[in-house]
Amino acid sequence: MAEGNGAGTTGSGEVVVANVTKRFADTVAVRELSLTIPHGAYCCLLGPSGCGKTTILRMIAGHERPTTGDVRIGGRSVLGLPQIERGTAMMFQSYALFPHRSVLDNVAFALKMRGAGLAERHARARELLTKVQLESFADRLPAQLSGGQQQRVALARALITNPRVLLLDEPLSALDEYLRLRMRGELRRVQRELGITFIHVTHTQLEAIAVADTVVVMAQGRIEQAASARDIFVAPKSAYVARFVGGQNVLTGSVESIMNDTAAVASPGGARYAFPVGELRPERGARLHGAIRRDRIVVEKLAPGARPAAGLNSVVGEVHTIENQGSYVKVTLDLADKEEFVAHMADDAYFVNPLDIGDKAVARWSASDVKLLDDGLPREGAPPARSAMAAG
Amino acid sequence: MHASDEGRPWTFYAFAAFFGLFVLFLYGPMIVIYILSFQGPNGGMTFPLNGVSLHWFGALISQTRVGDIAGSFQRSIGLAALVSVVTVVLSVLAGLGFRRRFRGSAFAFYLAIASLIMPGLFVGLGIALAFRLLGLQTGWYTTGLGAQLTWTLPFGLLIMFAVLGRFNRSYEEAATDLGATNWQRFSEVTLPMLLPGIIGVALFGFTLSYDELARTALTAGSQNTLPLEIWAMTTNVTSPTLYAVGAVTTIVSFIVIIAGLTSIAAIQRRRARGKLRATAVQAEQSHG
Repeated sequence: MAEGNGAGTTGSGEVVVANVTKRFADTVAVRELSLTIPHGAYCCLLGPSGCGKTTILRMIAGHERPTTGDVRIGGRSVLGLPQIERGTAMMFQSYALFPHRSVLDNVAFALKMRGAGLAERHARARELLTKVQLESFADRLPAQLSGGQQQRVALARALITNPRVLLLDEPLSALDEYLRLRMRGELRRVQRELGITFIHVTHTQLEAIAVADTVVVMAQGRIEQAASARDIFVAPKSAYVARFVGGQNVLTGSVESIMNDTAAVASPGGARYAFPVGELRPERGARLHGAIRRDRIVVEKLAPGARPAAGLNSVVGEVHTIENQGSYVKVTLDLADKEEFVAHMADDAYFVNPLDIGDKAVARWSASDVKLLDDGLPREGAPPARSAMAAG
Repeated sequence: MHASDEGRPWTFYAFAAFFGLFVLFLYGPMIVIYILSFQGPNGGMTFPLNGVSLHWFGALISQTRVGDIAGSFQRSIGLAALVSVVTVVLSVLAGLGFRRRFRGSAFAFYLAIASLIMPGLFVGLGIALAFRLLGLQTGWYTTGLGAQLTWTLPFGLLIMFAVLGRFNRSYEEAATDLGATNWQRFSEVTLPMLLPGIIGVALFGFTLSYDELARTALTAGSQNTLPLEIWAMTTNVTSPTLYAVGAVTTIVSFIVIIAGLTSIAAIQRRRARGKLRATAVQAEQSHG
């Protein structure tokens, strides 16, 4: 059993959310959600606004109480414990630096509350300010710092209690693009250095993938998928995750035949795809979803008047937008069934035969790059899959 | 930008003319009063000035001639300070309490605000009657205080609502997160951050009380507050002393308001100066 008494606690930072439901008046923010975050992990809760990710963070911090269920930190239930005894510290989205106190006094605040003497708490606060390279700003007021500096002060202030778990609520959303990219690397470095658990809430897919060991994708108060950052990106389980995380196109169709662990699927728009189904034997006519990575697609212009070949593993559409992203070019096609289809083509391949907006084009891929999604698959013991919903 | 090239619209001149009249109407008569308060010892209540003197200011202190100006002034200042303190304490507590929606909170709010639209004379009359019925004495520091609070508390509450509406809860959560007890959170974070708004409430409470007449008239008991004393004087004093009273009370009002506004400005300047420097820091960094 870990002795969780706040100051200097270095017990386990394993966080367990056990079957938690949180209801606000007439809405359910979190539904029967369970999640285990191992000690020392960097975990991102990812989802659109209103999906319940911040509510989970606030329940771990003790700013909200679960309606039912339990929250355990280091093996011990923390329900009803005051924030400071949980061994957690929170970094707020707005940083919530006290505007009437100097940077030094902000960082030293927790020690002052604990009754530490002036000399002692200032010495310790200076130590932390040095760690975030702000020692020369100690006497300034928060408003006299840039956004990035304020964020580092907030980090130092949270770390002064020696937390086992650091909770970060959209920590980078108030920064400009350049600082955001720099600070997310910085957060990851600090987490490695301290070896404590970080739980980071964000709605930015690439941010989650860039910093986290584990990404938890949420929708409507439930977990859609919890997996390594790499798996979330390359092997999304559901159409929702594939669409929300991005980097994938979702293909939909009904089964026509199955041969050699591959299903031939016909889309409503008339295209035909091969989906790898492994051991599964979905019925004829069953609706399946597959995902194909945007960067595994080749787009070619169709000659004017040419009849698009009704080939396998390809779609035909009109070029809607072309965005040069430097190392690759993002091409968006409008398909016949109004679905959007995105391809990322390597710049050298693209510029051999560039496209124009309005061109008829065909997008092809290799069947082996398609990943079957869980939606609509029969699974024993599982409730019928809910319909996938597109995010934003 | 474009409009200024083509001259201002006619509405600008209409409003400017109206504002000019407003200023003239407000300050013109008052300036006349201030000038006449320096009337010579043998002068009357109207122009022309018969010499210039401080004679009538001196007459204020000699109670015998004009009634108890000095005493009523002391009572009014004391009452205004008392009203101001009570208004601040109750408005801040009520404002904080109303942040949490509770059963009947909307009803309680309207109940409190309704006293703003009740005719003040009748509020005073009702209080006086009730006290007489109960066989209790009325007095400026009992019934007078209560009657004035029915006027200042709704204002204080409304100001606190506006102030708290812009106050981000996460400051308090951050304090709790860092181990502050409820009292520490209030004294170290909430109170200092709300201070400019609280000074505003104090200022309102003070000035509303200082020149309150309608509610105080029937509840002040046997001793007059300053506005009551002045009211009485307008009917039976026929010397420029009346003008001297007007000049002195106006100066007191201005001193209170200026003191309040300067302290708010000082707090905000401290923060604004911070912001200015922060922009400079950012500009510096984006060049680097």
